[in-house]
Amino acid sequence: MKAMNDRQYILEMTDIEKQFPGVKALDHAMLKLRPGTVHALMGENGAGKSTLMKCLFGIYKQDSGSIFIDGMETAFSGPKNALDNGVAMVHQELNQVLKRSVMENIWLGRFPKEMGLVSHKKMYEETQKVFDELDIPVNPKTIIGKLSVSQRQMVEIAKAVSYNAKILVLDEPTSSLTHEEVEHLFRIINKLRDRGVAMVYISHKMEEILQISDDVTIMRDGKWIATESAKALTTDKIIQLMVGRDLTERFPPKTNKPGEILLDVKNLTGKYMPSCIDVNFQLRKGEILGVAGLVGSRRTELLETIFGIAHHESGEILKDGKRVVNKNAKDAIKNGFAMLTEERRATGIFGGMSIQFNSVIANIKNYRRGLFLSSSKMREDTAWVIDSMHVKTPSQKTHIKTLSGGNQQKVIIGKWLLTKPDILLLDEPTRGIDVGAKYEIYQLIIDLAQEDKGVIVVSSEMPELLGICDRILVMSNGHLTGIVDAKNTSQEEIMTLAAKYV
Amino acid sequence: MDKTKTWQEFLLDYALYIILGIMIIGVVIADKSFLSMNNFLKILTQASTRGILALGVAGLIVLAGTDLSAGRVLGCGAAVSASLLQSMDYASRMYPNLDTSHPLFLLVPLFLSIIVCVAFSLLNGFGVAKLHMHAFIITLGTQLIAYGALCLYIDSQKGGAQPIASLDKRYLELVNGKFFGVFPHLILFLIICAVVMWFIWNKTTLGKNMFAIGGNPEAAAVSGVNVAKNIMLIYLVAGILYGIAAFLEAGRIQSVTTATGTNYDLDAISGCVIGGVSFSGGVGTIPGILIGVVILQVINYSLYYLGINAYLQYIIKGLIIILAVAIDVRKYIAKK
Repeated sequence: MKAMNDRQYILEMTDIEKQFPGVKALDHAMLKLRPGTVHALMGENGAGKSTLMKCLFGIYKQDSGSIFIDGMETAFSGPKNALDNGVAMVHQELNQVLKRSVMENIWLGRFPKEMGLVSHKKMYEETQKVFDELDIPVNPKTIIGKLSVSQRQMVEIAKAVSYNAKILVLDEPTSSLTHEEVEHLFRIINKLRDRGVAMVYISHKMEEILQISDDVTIMRDGKWIATESAKALTTDKIIQLMVGRDLTERFPPKTNKPGEILLDVKNLTGKYMPSCIDVNFQLRKGEILGVAGLVGSRRTELLETIFGIAHHESGEILKDGKRVVNKNAKDAIKNGFAMLTEERRATGIFGGMSIQFNSVIANIKNYRRGLFLSSSKMREDTAWVIDSMHVKTPSQKTHIKTLSGGNQQKVIIGKWLLTKPDILLLDEPTRGIDVGAKYEIYQLIIDLAQEDKGVIVVSSEMPELLGICDRILVMSNGHLTGIVDAKNTSQEEIMTLAAKYV
Repeated sequence: MDKTKTWQEFLLDYALYIILGIMIIGVVIADKSFLSMNNFLKILTQASTRGILALGVAGLIVLAGTDLSAGRVLGCGAAVSASLLQSMDYASRMYPNLDTSHPLFLLVPLFLSIIVCVAFSLLNGFGVAKLHMHAFIITLGTQLIAYGALCLYIDSQKGGAQPIASLDKRYLELVNGKFFGVFPHLILFLIICAVVMWFIWNKTTLGKNMFAIGGNPEAAAVSGVNVAKNIMLIYLVAGILYGIAAFLEAGRIQSVTTATGTNYDLDAISGCVIGGVSFSGGVGTIPGILIGVVILQVINYSLYYLGINAYLQYIIKGLIIILAVAIDVRKYIAKK
């Protein structure tokens, strides 16, 4: 009966509830999507965004509430069923068969056939047609693993289009794209919008959301909080709605004072290109040093070369005036270095292991008592990690993969602090972490600096570097193109330096 | 990347072929008579049944699995084939009352051999696809079952355990015959199997799905590929190839014992790996497999031809397999 007057919505999810053991993941959640619009879905991690999407795609079955598509009540049996009905999702972590070609990935599960055999010709033509429409400059025959993340993402969008998707969910599509790539993605999104496709856009990047979306729905603690026109919103207003309190400051007050020189990196060049080229800089005790640059500027490679997990060709590293050689991570840890890796899930955590295991693993030899490991000492240290990092967890035995991204990151930072490092190398420490947890991570970083540790932070989010760092190194294509004072610089100056060798 | 390819990288990429090429040249220098058409055809003939076996195993490796049971399963199929095709005038035939004189009867043992091998292979497939066992474990179990079954079958002969021999002349002619007295039938059978498999791998949905499942099973599943069904089908295809290989192998060696098929699976896996089928799944080509199997047979044959100590031959073959995999893995390691 309601269907008639709500025809303006292509998708309506109303009063969705979902209970997991111990948690109410969704509590009267709501999402109403208009055709031909981009609808940003926002909320902190754990706010229920992905659970809501999983209910839409039939991965979870909601306890109550209903989903209407084009006014018809719908319950998909799974992602494939949704896809066949024109509801597609582009995941943050792209799920593709990397060793096969672009077109095979697009037509997997429904290869075009001719006389019972798969027709490569038809597959190629159909793929090229979609690519032409969307202006995607990719050869359909390329092996998909050879493409950049942004190209792979575009392929995934093209796949959705080839299914004639009328509803497309984009989950954090820009988290690893450069500025230009984001612009290209937005052009594609605009094309789809003109064609009447309705898109749900999940992201943590406020500026982007205000730029690309028409409507914004904000969720908190599994509840619907607000749906507003993007024009009527500001970054501050969104954050306020998301966290439920005023965040007058996005960054904690900077209380650290840089002291004497702790680390001196001279003419550091990596052995296997792409890597850093002839990099010189100094890091002081109690200093937070940012590293800015575009994707591909080899910031991660710089950290890896310092930490010894990538080989160096030439150059030297002095710590407290003495030469140190980090041949591998073990040496680096012994020399007082710690490194938080960029890909948390791939190289940061042992997902299926407990928080205790994840806390003590980098420091395991310190728990040896004769032949065995001291359980009490490990429990004690894990308790310290949980307390001092404010990790929200039911117990030490909880598997780390069940925690939110922010809490996982806190455990990893705690793990490294147990090795008593003097220098922390943090690669994208707040990637994929919600606003509230970001603030806590910033506070942790500043606290560490206040304890006279030297911190190097690689980040793609410029405001973050400007907000917490003392100085910022700017890298461009492996070269260090400048060191700027965070207080007296601008995003424009950093961008100019970052583009120097591109 | 391609532009900056140094000669070191070139050497690494083709190291295996270069080393094997040097080995073959070494053999030829040591004994010039090695290089003859006769030897060449002999090597291909010897490689034929193992090649067909390898074509089956390869699909399972592409699925990121393996098959340790292929050799013993082949033994079972060979025993069934041989026992049904002993010459009518042989006194201690396993089935003395069986009339095998009809010309089309030759197809019956082939058919039964395929059924036996498919049954074992589907057991493996069921373990992998439905019970979600690692292929290593389920095929290890099947290997023992197949071996037990083979021993029981051979032991069930009236005269107790003895080789199943004295095979029907028509059978031996079919398997070991030569076209125009020159070109062995076995090589043709291998070529037919390879061509059919090339079509399955490259031109059918099953083949495409196989690569997808091996490369990223989750991506295949969310794209609507019925992963379990496709895995079962690939095991079915493997079973059919094992059955054909078993039928031909029994005719080739002309005497089936409990040892028939021992370590054939390892030869097949080695051939695949040398031919570039990656153990990490999702990668492999039919020509590659053929080259791998032939190279392995060239090594086998040349070591034998030079009269190298049989025990030393094992050591050399082991080293070559380790080298092959070590080089294969290096190609995929990103250097830092």
